[in-house]
Amino acid sequence: MSFLTYLKDGISLGSVYAIIALGYTMVYGIAKMLNFAHGDVIMVGAYVVLMLLTRAGVPGILAVVIAMAVCTILGITIEKVAYRPLRKASSPLAVLITAIGVSYLLQNIALLMFGADGKTFVDVIKLPSLSFGDGKLVISGTTIVTILACIIIMICLTLFVGKTKQGHAMQAVSEDKDAAQLMGVNVNGTISLTFAIGSALAAVAGVLLCSAYPIVTPYTGAMPGIKAFVAAVFGGIGSIPGAMIGGILLGVIEILSKAYISSQIADAIVFGVLIIVLLVKPSGLFGKNVQEKV
Amino acid sequence: MAILEVNRLSISFGGLHAVDDFNLSIEKGEMYGLIGPNGAGKTTVFNLLTGVYKPTEGIIRLDGKDITGKNTIEINKTGIARTFQNIRLFKDMPVLDNVKTGFHNHYSYSTLTGILRLPKYRRVENTLDERSMEILKVFDLDKEAALLAGNLPYGKQRKLEIARALATEPKLLLLDEPAAGMNPYETSELMETIRFVRDHFDMTILLIEHDMKLVSGICEKLTVLNFGRTLAQGITSEVLSDPAVIAAYLGE
Amino acid sequence: MGEKQNNIDIIKSMRRKTLRKSMLNYGIVIAAYAVMQIMIATGNISSLLKGLLVPLCVYVIAALSLNLVVGISGELSLGHAGFMCIGAYTSAFFSNAVGNTLPDLPRFILAILIGAAFAGVFGILIGIPVLRLKGDYLAIVTLAFGEIIKNLLNVLYAGIDSHGLHFSTTSAMDLHMEPDGRQIIKGALGISGTPKNSTFTIGVVLIIVTLIIVQNLINSRNGRAIMATRDNRIAAESIGIPVTRFKLLAFAISASLAGVAGVLYAHNLATLNTKKFDYNTSILILVFVVLGGIGNLTGSIIAAVVLTALPEMLRFLNNYRMLIYAIVLIVIMLFNWAPASLDLRSRLREKLFSKHKSEKREEGEQDGNS
Repeated sequence: MSFLTYLKDGISLGSVYAIIALGYTMVYGIAKMLNFAHGDVIMVGAYVVLMLLTRAGVPGILAVVIAMAVCTILGITIEKVAYRPLRKASSPLAVLITAIGVSYLLQNIALLMFGADGKTFVDVIKLPSLSFGDGKLVISGTTIVTILACIIIMICLTLFVGKTKQGHAMQAVSEDKDAAQLMGVNVNGTISLTFAIGSALAAVAGVLLCSAYPIVTPYTGAMPGIKAFVAAVFGGIGSIPGAMIGGILLGVIEILSKAYISSQIADAIVFGVLIIVLLVKPSGLFGKNVQEKV
Repeated sequence: MAILEVNRLSISFGGLHAVDDFNLSIEKGEMYGLIGPNGAGKTTVFNLLTGVYKPTEGIIRLDGKDITGKNTIEINKTGIARTFQNIRLFKDMPVLDNVKTGFHNHYSYSTLTGILRLPKYRRVENTLDERSMEILKVFDLDKEAALLAGNLPYGKQRKLEIARALATEPKLLLLDEPAAGMNPYETSELMETIRFVRDHFDMTILLIEHDMKLVSGICEKLTVLNFGRTLAQGITSEVLSDPAVIAAYLGE
Repeated sequence: MGEKQNNIDIIKSMRRKTLRKSMLNYGIVIAAYAVMQIMIATGNISSLLKGLLVPLCVYVIAALSLNLVVGISGELSLGHAGFMCIGAYTSAFFSNAVGNTLPDLPRFILAILIGAAFAGVFGILIGIPVLRLKGDYLAIVTLAFGEIIKNLLNVLYAGIDSHGLHFSTTSAMDLHMEPDGRQIIKGALGISGTPKNSTFTIGVVLIIVTLIIVQNLINSRNGRAIMATRDNRIAAESIGIPVTRFKLLAFAISASLAGVAGVLYAHNLATLNTKKFDYNTSILILVFVVLGGIGNLTGSIIAAVVLTALPEMLRFLNNYRMLIYAIVLIVIMLFNWAPASLDLRSRLREKLFSKHKSEKREEGEQDGNS
């Protein structure tokens, strides 16, 4: 295969990471917590679509919309039940450990319901491939949709955060929860909305991820979730364009390492990137430095 | 010679001059007050003196030594200790251990000595316990030595913070609003304690305070900050009768 | 005079309390050991339980070591299985390479020291860059390191022949060994044929050693410095404590102890590979620590034993085991850490013990500090 093909695969995978990272970065930026379960919401989204398509025969687009609704409700519920009570806990570890618990819970519920064996994902995106240079570079319909989805989502989110009232509320909460509350911003509502958006995006990411790599297991979301967090940190946590660029770069790095170095240590290289970024520029490419107030 | 000598100290955050051209000279044994309206830059001065922020300009000398740009840890070792506006104790450790931790750089033994409980461990721990109890006694906290610091009532937490700072054996003690949240009785008691600390430990003290009764009661000299700039400086009674100061406080 | 006596009394009673707490842990371990020995001697033990004795020790040591990082130093490590892995691999490699040139016990003691040393060195190497980060970032980076360690060991081949050691990261062929060479690390297949030196007695001795190290550290100058950095980083710096150095100290000691757990694990099984040391194992150890109470050593010991032994005993629950762990983890965190729950609990306590409230407060809240 040629370099261009690898690059295309990298951008495609990276676009999925970017969509997941957008959810991560918004939640982290606003609720100031690492939602470890975010990756597992992806998995839930993928299973929901799969079940709707295979068992209920629901048309593809509708299935995706339903999955987004399910994940949205799931995300809001998780925040409300597991995270909100711990928002003012004395140790920041409390909510992080709880998030790990939620991640574990989702994985194990899926394990009980669907078993550990991978289920083959069905084609949701039925678009023809594009071929360039006599078939030297073939871009599948899935890839096109993935990249387009990523770009559209980023533009919509940027507009939403920058132009709407709720978006401004998000920015305010992200700066200072207490001050935002005093200014009349509904902090709980804003955080719920953030989780809702992040989880809906996770459902989309789930469909796209499983369209490209068509096996779903209870652990499908875990690794991409962690890598997407790496991408969010890479781009600068809290930054929307940062999450997108971080995601795509990470996808490209992963695919190129698999192709040219070793598929066995590709993950090690991806994580190596995270460590280097955090050491050299902890605020990421587009992030800002925040210092604790003394 | 002055214990603390600050020349033309300035810092700006993104173009905003939080502290501008700040000068200060404190003699040994002096009780010095730093006052001003909210947001005048008082705590920022403390953060500059203790190395939390690096100044954009200016020089800080402690006992003749240039400490400008050094980090918090080095500055504490050189001899500045502080308390915080929002109390920062080691909440989940006993009161006694909070003070023992203050002695960290004065009584030491290695990790291995601690794990193997070599004779030096017992010796140093005994001294530490003894000296920490002495300091706690000054603040009338000795009875509460075994309590977790976080379980102390508010006023006592403020005192414990001072006790811990003193354990680092500083040349200069910075107190950031020591009377904040105290009732008048506690405040007058605190005044007594601060005076006692000055005399007993031969300490030089620079304090930020809003309580004018405390300030006029114990500070010999004052500097008034407003919008990061020095509004007035000198003997307490003179500064407090300065029309510019009164205007800044009452609002024009 | 009376005052001085008073001070001495207060300090003495504090020391007694600390001593009681430490002795409780040694007591529990020794009592459990005695009970097991009696059961073994009288033949009252199932082969299932007997097979669990060494793994129990492994998990107890791992939980204690993680508690040093999470409870005492206040940072979250999600890569502790990685340190166990390093301890396991280096010691198993050593034992296999040395073979029968050394008698069993000295070789195993050396293996333990080697596993602990390598894991500790990796703890320092990883800790130096990582501990400058805080909270969430630190957690994710330790997770990343755990995965990196696993990934790299999966492509590692090593062998020994008359010329010495050979290493390769591509295949066994690339070791270029003499005909008399023995391959020890076989890539993803790991290491097989490690001598089964781990016994219950050695495991218990190692638990005791771990307890001595952790408890004596906590009650020493440097232990206090570590806890100070946990409780308030800025205040710790303000009294001249180099925060990163003490975080590193805790991290390195913890990594080294996790390495010991790995050594014990490696010398209990015929084959060793990296699968057992993944992210899930790191989480499992974290579950022990959280369930036992963050910062509470007695809790860690009990939780590790109960959660390792129970599921094996109750096989029918096996499918639900992980699900139950997950729920337990969430519920315990909410119960122990949510301000609303803490408020409610303290109000209930005041109602129940309104007469001796003050004593209860002191007794009840000394343990389980975060």
